[in-house]
Amino acid sequence: MSLTAVEATKRLPDLSRVPAVDEVGVNERVGRFTSRSIKTASKIEALQLILSMIDLTTLEGQDTPGKVRQLCQKAIHLHDALPGLPHVAAVCVYPTMVGVAKEALGDRDINIASVATAFPSGQAPLSVKLEDTRMAVDAGANEIDMVISRGEFLAGQYGHVFDEIVAIKEACGDAHLKVILETGELGTLDRVRRASVLAMHAGADFIKTSTGKIQPAATMQVTLVMLQAIRDFYYETGRMVGMKPAGGISSAKLAVHYLVMLRETLGNAWMTPEWFRFGASSLANDVLMQLQKQATGVYQSADYFSKD
Amino acid sequence: MAAKKQSGSGRLSVAKTYKIYINGKFPRTESGRYFTLEDKRGAVIANVCRGSRKDFRNAVVAARKAQPGWAKASAYLRGQILYRIAEMLEGRREQFISELVLQGATARAADKEVDASIDRLIYFAGWADKYQQVFSAVNPVSSSHFNFSILEPTGVVSMLAPNDSGLLGLISNIAPTIVGGNTCVVLASETLPLSAVSFAEVLHASDVPAGVVNILTGYRDELTGQFASHMDVNAVVYCDGGRKVARSVQEAAADNIKHVIARTKTDWASDSAQHPYLIRDTQEVKTTWHPIGV
Repeated sequence: MSLTAVEATKRLPDLSRVPAVDEVGVNERVGRFTSRSIKTASKIEALQLILSMIDLTTLEGQDTPGKVRQLCQKAIHLHDALPGLPHVAAVCVYPTMVGVAKEALGDRDINIASVATAFPSGQAPLSVKLEDTRMAVDAGANEIDMVISRGEFLAGQYGHVFDEIVAIKEACGDAHLKVILETGELGTLDRVRRASVLAMHAGADFIKTSTGKIQPAATMQVTLVMLQAIRDFYYETGRMVGMKPAGGISSAKLAVHYLVMLRETLGNAWMTPEWFRFGASSLANDVLMQLQKQATGVYQSADYFSKD
Repeated sequence: MAAKKQSGSGRLSVAKTYKIYINGKFPRTESGRYFTLEDKRGAVIANVCRGSRKDFRNAVVAARKAQPGWAKASAYLRGQILYRIAEMLEGRREQFISELVLQGATARAADKEVDASIDRLIYFAGWADKYQQVFSAVNPVSSSHFNFSILEPTGVVSMLAPNDSGLLGLISNIAPTIVGGNTCVVLASETLPLSAVSFAEVLHASDVPAGVVNILTGYRDELTGQFASHMDVNAVVYCDGGRKVARSVQEAAADNIKHVIARTKTDWASDSAQHPYLIRDTQEVKTTWHPIGV
């Protein structure tokens, strides 16, 4: 392990001292979050908050400039029939599509997130990953979603993973860095917790569960473990780190459960798009349908909402 | 449910929990509510789920998800599955008869109703690969086009099943709807709901894909408005009620201009209650203009 390149302020912590995760306890705690009763006014507020926290995402091999323009259009005009809606936090695309997204969004207050570092596998040399990142930033991305090298992490090469994140963070410049742990490939909650601690110490602005390409993607269990890691990191260092569950959150109801978990684990300070995001593609329409239901009293159909 | 001690044997009877049927599963209502069904002498027959609008919403989501796949299944397969339902019902005749008797029917009437129900399934199974020919048309037009009209399923159908015919009336509405490639959410008879729940078990054992038929039990007053107003429902069928019900259903259905199909004052036991127009009710006509010649 070479730590020589690392700045003095960033040190790989002793991961053996990271507390073990009580899996039964996590499951039980998560069960509680799903039984809160959230009605009318609070529900509407929660749904609007969810909309403002969405990273509207398209990460497919079949993405075309047209598809990305359409996604940006959706980000700007979520559902014009309902006045007073917030806009989404960001659109999330591949580096090659950042230019297209920037043009489509213009000077609107919607961030452009780009995945980078040989997404989704992360199996590429560091030089390629750095180039990938710089390209995305140069093209106008103000948020970078990187993947960690799961292979190195699982092989115990924590130093390697740590150095990589530090290097990518530097390449990001002013852009926010979200570090994707790909929890579906880490196997245990203990490793999720360790990877979270590692990523935060290496300078991550956000930690993110998944690429969306591996099942299971985001679950409430891993999200809770990551939120707890963020909380303890905050107590330890005084630095706030954001959280982004991604993949598999497609219903408004589930998203509200996540908000409950966020509120009860990290508190109100994190309840803004600055510190919490949903990586999702189909969630937005479900939330919009629920908001329309609240406005009209009638259950809605996807037929009347634009596709993203 | 109160389990009653059987005389003599010393064995406790195992009473059935009547649950609703959504997406190929038998959950309890999410609301946790139930209502009690009593016989004429006031003795408790069963506790029945009092379904809520959220149950209905979940059922519509399931029906919507199942619809494209079911519509794409070949007419032959849909017919086979309807036959299969009839076969399964035949095998459980005794259960259905005793359940009808439990709900107040005479043994003879119950026997007749189960027979008629099985026959009705067979009747509509037979129509599976025939209604399209009967109702489709090649239309004469005065231009060089081959102009033809065919039927396509309307989509998701919500149905308020007849209140006075718990089994036969239910089947007479479900069978023509699903044979045409629609999926449905049905509110069972409020006073005779037991056969509907048991029929769901028959459906479940008959290769009917999950979500194609969803059956709720509960109160009419509470759910009629929801059945009529849901924007993701394409047609609503109602079988009871006077002008007031008709008016409220039609008004609520107007939002997304869903089909409103009234089947009131129907004697479901009569032969006149089975005809292919029941299939046609929940179909849309698609007309194609295909250029020919030069």
